[in-house]
Amino acid sequence: MIRVENLRKSFGNQEVLREVSLEVQPGEFMALIGSSGGGKSLLLKLVVGLLKPDRGRIWVAGRDVAALSRRELESLRSRIGFVFQGGALFDSMTVYDNVAFPLREKTSLGEKDIYRKVMRELELVGLRDAARKYPAQLSGGMLKRVALARALVRDPEIVLFDEPTTGLDPVVSRAVLDLFGSVHRQLKLTGILVSHEIPRIFEIVQKVVMLHEGRIIAAEPPARLCASSNPVIRQFVNGTTAAQSARVEELV
Amino acid sequence: MNYFINPNRMTLWLSTMGAALMTRVSRLGKAGMFLGQTLFYCLTPQVQAERVLRQTWFIGWKSLLVIGMTGTFAGMVVALQGYPALRRMGSEALLGPGVALSLIRELGPVLTALMVTGRAGSAIAAEIGIMRTSEQIDALELMGLNPFRYVVVPNVLASLLALPVLTLAFDAIGILGGYLVGVRLLGLNGGTYFWEMSNYLEMKDVLGGIYKALTFGLLIAWVCCYKGYYSRFGAEGVSAATTQAVVNASVLILVCDYFVTSVVF
Repeated sequence: MIRVENLRKSFGNQEVLREVSLEVQPGEFMALIGSSGGGKSLLLKLVVGLLKPDRGRIWVAGRDVAALSRRELESLRSRIGFVFQGGALFDSMTVYDNVAFPLREKTSLGEKDIYRKVMRELELVGLRDAARKYPAQLSGGMLKRVALARALVRDPEIVLFDEPTTGLDPVVSRAVLDLFGSVHRQLKLTGILVSHEIPRIFEIVQKVVMLHEGRIIAAEPPARLCASSNPVIRQFVNGTTAAQSARVEELV
Repeated sequence: MNYFINPNRMTLWLSTMGAALMTRVSRLGKAGMFLGQTLFYCLTPQVQAERVLRQTWFIGWKSLLVIGMTGTFAGMVVALQGYPALRRMGSEALLGPGVALSLIRELGPVLTALMVTGRAGSAIAAEIGIMRTSEQIDALELMGLNPFRYVVVPNVLASLLALPVLTLAFDAIGILGGYLVGVRLLGLNGGTYFWEMSNYLEMKDVLGGIYKALTFGLLIAWVCCYKGYYSRFGAEGVSAATTQAVVNASVLILVCDYFVTSVVF
């Protein structure tokens, strides 16, 4: 469903992505992990064509993203939902209008059908009662759920999540991730989740890809990644190096 | 002297100057492309009429109070300054035309544009800057919507609609302000004030003022939208974009004023 081949992207002298290749199968939910500023969000923006790669190619649903015209790209994007880090909700609109916005602007649905669809999505994320509220009146967790509802309202085949739990407390972030997992199971979506919520995300994804210094150093199911002997992966996944773990065990 | 002979320092100086020049030229090119794209989307279908009306309300109606205040006092001060000068020449009867011509040809369009820049232009730059930094513009693009049509074009069209109307309002209120000082305070005959105006004022003066207002309207919307659209991230980025928008638009209004005056009058 998504295929990235030998992708390179630099900003000035800083090469952020170096020969990145990965593949996400239809219906697969993949986590993208790595240190902050390592290019994970950048990779998502390249996948949806918000930025152009310096080299390499990206195929989404069989289409080469860089080769698409503006109109073709718009049509491809209608099949993709994107949940931004901060939600990116329009602050001058209510929750209802935010979720209804893509339907009003890009479909010929009447207000009755729009109402039905919007309320269905708000029900799915547990925010039916917040429909008339403005984004400024919502908590962080509610904002992310509205963002998910807006991303899902046009029935996308692919959903990309850019650090959706940043800034949330552990309980809310767990609830949000559980919601993403259940939405993925119910709707059989293809998804990429950029997150630092390790090991929580391992419960909801089928594959974990780790980006380190602009390269992919692992693309494995969560269980195999946790058993990896690579010190960089071990440190990232466990938060400690092998030597530190041994020292802790010794102290205990 | 050494400075000019030393080849290393010379190369460094040249490369620094060259880089600075290239940055300026590329920024100008980017701003020009932005204007070109904006005009293209203004002239092609799917104009967001509701957004245009909302922005016209914001730029036009909500600026009316400040325009009224500025216009009143601008007219009053022109009359207050003009009357003694005209009296020295025995031409105080020309106070009406003097106030009207200075307002309609010059002060009305320029002061209106400066006031709108300060009140609405800064708000436009800040709003678009916040939309950029909070990824709302990216969200629009990912929904398959063109951010130019949704964010930039309504502001440009609203500004083009509002500026001429505000300028005419400024002129009318300013003339009344001049009347208050010239006739009520300084004792000039009211009939003379308005009658002489009709003898000296021509349609091309009014049209010239409107052309200026249209030019300034486009300029304000272009500069403020551009600065907001390419705002750097964070509160500091939005704040810098807003300041630059107001300063650049104000300076450009005065620069353009000279050239438009030389062309239309």
